[in-house]
Amino acid sequence: MSNIVEVKHLKKSFGTNEVLKDIDFSVREGEVVCIIGSSGSGKSTLLRCINMLEIPTSGEILYEGKNILDGDVAPSQYRAKMGMVFQQFHLFNNLTVLDNCTVGQRRVLKRSKSEAESTAMKYLSMVGMDAFINAKPRQISGGQKQRVAIARALCMDPEALLFDEPTSALDPEMVGEVLTVMRTLANQGMTMIVVTHEMSFARDVADRIVFMDDGVIVEEGSPKEIFTAPKNQRTRDFLKRIIEI
Amino acid sequence: MLSYVFLTSGAALFFTQSWEILKKFFSMFLSGMWETVFISIFGTAFGVLIGLGAGILRTIPVMPGDSRFKKGLLKFLNVLLSAYVEVFRGTPMIVQAMVIYYGAASSGIYMEKNFAAIFIVSINTGAYMAEIVRGGILSIDKGQFEAAHSIGMDHFNTMIYIIMPQVMRNILPAIGNEFVINIKDTSVLNVISVTELYYQSKSIATQNFMYFQVFLITSIIYLILTFSVTRLLRLFEKKLEGADTYTIMGSHTMGHAAFKVDEKKGAIL
Repeated sequence: MSNIVEVKHLKKSFGTNEVLKDIDFSVREGEVVCIIGSSGSGKSTLLRCINMLEIPTSGEILYEGKNILDGDVAPSQYRAKMGMVFQQFHLFNNLTVLDNCTVGQRRVLKRSKSEAESTAMKYLSMVGMDAFINAKPRQISGGQKQRVAIARALCMDPEALLFDEPTSALDPEMVGEVLTVMRTLANQGMTMIVVTHEMSFARDVADRIVFMDDGVIVEEGSPKEIFTAPKNQRTRDFLKRIIEI
Repeated sequence: MLSYVFLTSGAALFFTQSWEILKKFFSMFLSGMWETVFISIFGTAFGVLIGLGAGILRTIPVMPGDSRFKKGLLKFLNVLLSAYVEVFRGTPMIVQAMVIYYGAASSGIYMEKNFAAIFIVSINTGAYMAEIVRGGILSIDKGQFEAAHSIGMDHFNTMIYIIMPQVMRNILPAIGNEFVINIKDTSVLNVISVTELYYQSKSIATQNFMYFQVFLITSIIYLILTFSVTRLLRLFEKKLEGADTYTIMGSHTMGHAAFKVDEKKGAIL
């Protein structure tokens, strides 16, 4: 299986604060990678760098053999291939549920209205939101918003989906409906990078767990390796803290 | 008693005179009013367009790999727009009217009066709108930009389809404000002989020397205009707000009926 995206020697600083320190990371086609770690460890920043929402200070992001940071590939073209799901959903407030899912297809992929709408309906019914196509984002619940956000990302036919703590802003009772959708996607072979605090989801669904701390990847391996026999002391400490809670 | 008679007869006389003036010069008042409405509608509309354009241009992001030329151009554009805002916000419109109209005339360009009027009001309003739009853009959650970028929309698509519709809704009260100001401030265009309401009123008054009567009528017309505009915009604002209800479409899980949900009452209608 080939790498979808490969990150080499990635560094990112905000002012004098170095958030990512020389990260090497890659994700293979069809792989589900969960990035765990305490807040401030740089996991969200890594994800945002992969989608170019943050511009790395130095390093390379290789996509189809080309370094995105060279400027040869237009960032917008590349971003369309990397679907992103945000913690705060970020549905377009001025558009209905259906239009949220069609606007990108029409303006970026230049699909016709009917084609965009049938694609949108396909994914909206997959996430169970096809009944709400006329609703505005302010009229639906958090869990529903997040499912629409996932459908919106899927409508662009992405090569990978990036999830930035997709359930952290949800009421506990709504976490399940979003995780169910994510499990379905993982089973269908979607390539996914998930920054999460949902350890049971990570354990069950991930092919690989990446543990980050203080801007570096401390340890990575299969869920079994990380959760049952972590090698690094920092990983052990983190997992112990998580389990105590 | 005497003074009472004097006062009532004075007042009666005043109203009779005003009524006579209105009847006699009705067409002049009317044409002045239309001219004022015409200039302020187009002036405000173009001003808003200038403001939106400036807002889109001023927020173009610089990406890694952008050429030196593009970066330089963006910087130049920003300086130019800031200068425009400063100059036209920082000088009175009455002075701008003189400078532009007679400046053009002295370099051999004769501007049609209405064109000049709309041009002056537009660029003046544009300078204010540019700042209002900038504020409107700042008030939009950063996540809206990020979400648009994350599905591959470029800056212009993001601004036109996602950000500006939200900005427009937020700045509508400010646009209404500008509109009302423009209805009143077109009066300064009488200095370049634009035949708007104030100019017409002055012409009427110089014919009969009843300044008080004439300008009382004028002020009532202005008040009617501004009041109507405020009400109309309030209606428009309501309309932009969108419906409180949405229809749940029939689906496999919900049967085939479509039914409405009221957002505020939380009830199924």
